[in-house]
Amino acid sequence: MSEQNSNALQALAGALAAGSIETVDLTHTLDPDFPVIVLPPEFGQCARFRVEEVSRYDERGPAWYWRNFTCSEHTGTHFDAPIHWISGKDLPDASVDSIPADAFVRPVCVIDCSGESTADEDFLLTPEFIQAWEKDHGVIPEGSWVLMRTDWSKRSGADYLNMREDGAHTPGPTGDAVKLLVEERKIIGFGTETVGTDAGQATHLSPPYPAHYLLHGAGKYGLQCLANLDQLPATGAILVCPPLKIKNGSGSPLRVLALVERDSE
Amino acid sequence: MTEALKRPPKKDPQKRTTSPTLPPFARSRKAIAFTAAAAEGRFALQVCDACEHVTYPAREVCPKCWSMDLEWRDIPDGGKLISETTLRTSVNTYFRERMPWRIGTIQLDAGPSVLAHIHGDVGEFERVRMIARTDKSGQGVMMALPEKETPNMADDRQLRTLTCNPKFRRALVTDGRTELGQRVVKALADAGASRIFVGIAEQWRPYAGSEALQGIPGVEVMPLDVTDTISVNELAAEMGDKADILINTAEYVRPGSAMQRHGVTLARDEMETNYFGLMRLIQAFGHGMKARGADGDNSACAWVNLLSVYALSNWPVYGTTSASQAAALSLSQSLRGDFAGSGVKVINVLFGPLEESWRQPLPPPKVTPQRLADTVIHALTEGIENVTLGPVAEDVVRRYKEDPFVLERELTQLQMGM
Repeated sequence: MSEQNSNALQALAGALAAGSIETVDLTHTLDPDFPVIVLPPEFGQCARFRVEEVSRYDERGPAWYWRNFTCSEHTGTHFDAPIHWISGKDLPDASVDSIPADAFVRPVCVIDCSGESTADEDFLLTPEFIQAWEKDHGVIPEGSWVLMRTDWSKRSGADYLNMREDGAHTPGPTGDAVKLLVEERKIIGFGTETVGTDAGQATHLSPPYPAHYLLHGAGKYGLQCLANLDQLPATGAILVCPPLKIKNGSGSPLRVLALVERDSE
Repeated sequence: MTEALKRPPKKDPQKRTTSPTLPPFARSRKAIAFTAAAAEGRFALQVCDACEHVTYPAREVCPKCWSMDLEWRDIPDGGKLISETTLRTSVNTYFRERMPWRIGTIQLDAGPSVLAHIHGDVGEFERVRMIARTDKSGQGVMMALPEKETPNMADDRQLRTLTCNPKFRRALVTDGRTELGQRVVKALADAGASRIFVGIAEQWRPYAGSEALQGIPGVEVMPLDVTDTISVNELAAEMGDKADILINTAEYVRPGSAMQRHGVTLARDEMETNYFGLMRLIQAFGHGMKARGADGDNSACAWVNLLSVYALSNWPVYGTTSASQAAALSLSQSLRGDFAGSGVKVINVLFGPLEESWRQPLPPPKVTPQRLADTVIHALTEGIENVTLGPVAEDVVRRYKEDPFVLERELTQLQMGM
């Protein structure tokens, strides 16, 4: 058994060195001006990413440059732990520091909704859409991450949150779609390119914020503000997404990588 | 008649920027009370409590009755020019650079005759209206103005050294997302500012009034978030040499005392905008402005802070916001120290409850954003450093001057209905 493992890792190492397995970065740069989720003003708000210099080869530290940074657990490309939502608050191993580490390296399925989301900014991913995808790519394997590709990460400025007087307009899943993924496909987590795992208008869905409510209530994880999903195959890639080990953390900004097998030609 | 000020030419890049020089700044400890009144735009002299004799210059003892009870009081500002001269030479660098310079003696209606700067439109032996203002040294001086408004009166060369007139100057308004910021921008344009840089934070969030703002003549919308050091520094690198006037309209207001709050997150946000925001702006823009205090007709001239009057004494209904405003007020005093000798004024406007959403449940009287904007322009055109706006603020400042500890008791005691 150990010999088999060792062979698999050696094969991986060889493929990485040869470039036949490519590492794709799915992360946005932590930038002070990158949008964060905006809640009604009387609620607490998501802290923006900020940096302050401690020294920069100057009188504060002549030979070294370093800074303090501050942000929310939910700033930039970030991971949502089950404890983030009230439905997951009493689950075991539900904060970022206690989630078993194997959750952070898993196969990933990418459901391409980019055309639909371009045509309809309030596009909702339904069970039917998932099932149609499975006809082409096979049933989503248990324990996988599922990412909803919308190409939303290519938007910038005001188009990203797409905030209007009646709230944000961005795509996301329906409650039934999340139920299918969680209860039947038994995924480990769900990720999006938008600022949250839920659609911009998800407060008006039933239950409100179904991705947050159902995923985290079932002990599943979320990823949001992902980028470069257009560089991933529908199936076959491995997602690497370890959050910072913050005590009792509800989430964390993180670097998300995918290992992708390059087409051999 | 005063010649209308012409639009200053573009700066000659081969010429060294003139360093600020100063008119005489030494004052006795007694005379600083005159400066403090002048900073508020008040014309005050010592009046003897025993015999009502008005005294000038500042003294320890009444020269008429020898009483020591001299009180600084606002006195009538009328008078008559009785003699004048025009300086054409001086050993003082500041005046040498500004020759010719008109000074004269004014017989005040209130009694004493005083030495004052004379506006160019005041004729020999004419009636005048006196003003007290702080000069480039930051010290109180008197100037005799024509009794009635004359054409281009504000453009008088000597008067402009005492004021921070926005005409042909370039201004930075730090937050244009709010109604207040937008009203200030419009008022600056109406007052003749040539360019108005308007900071907009988080352009990824829409805001009301954006189109109208961009339609105001001279407006250039720039990314600026006072809570983000990088953003403040980047803007200063881009246009810091053109900030003749800086008006900090960014404010963060939330109701609640320390015990009514849950945690320090909101209080940090308050400090990030109200205190650290001001500090970032000072560090990014202060040096450039300080160096440009004598840079021609569009020299740097004013830094304007808009502060809640509860910066002076905490109002627990907005307890932690008041605390952050107090920190900002204290920092503005530190800035006055930094700017001393630069010729750039720090103008603090202390206002009562503002008509805006975070103070929406408060009863009238409130200050409208328009009124606050007009007051800022008035302070600039008049060169007044300490301004109090609105009946609530006037009341608080009056009580503060009488006895800050009594004011504190009044603001923190049990209130009916609370």
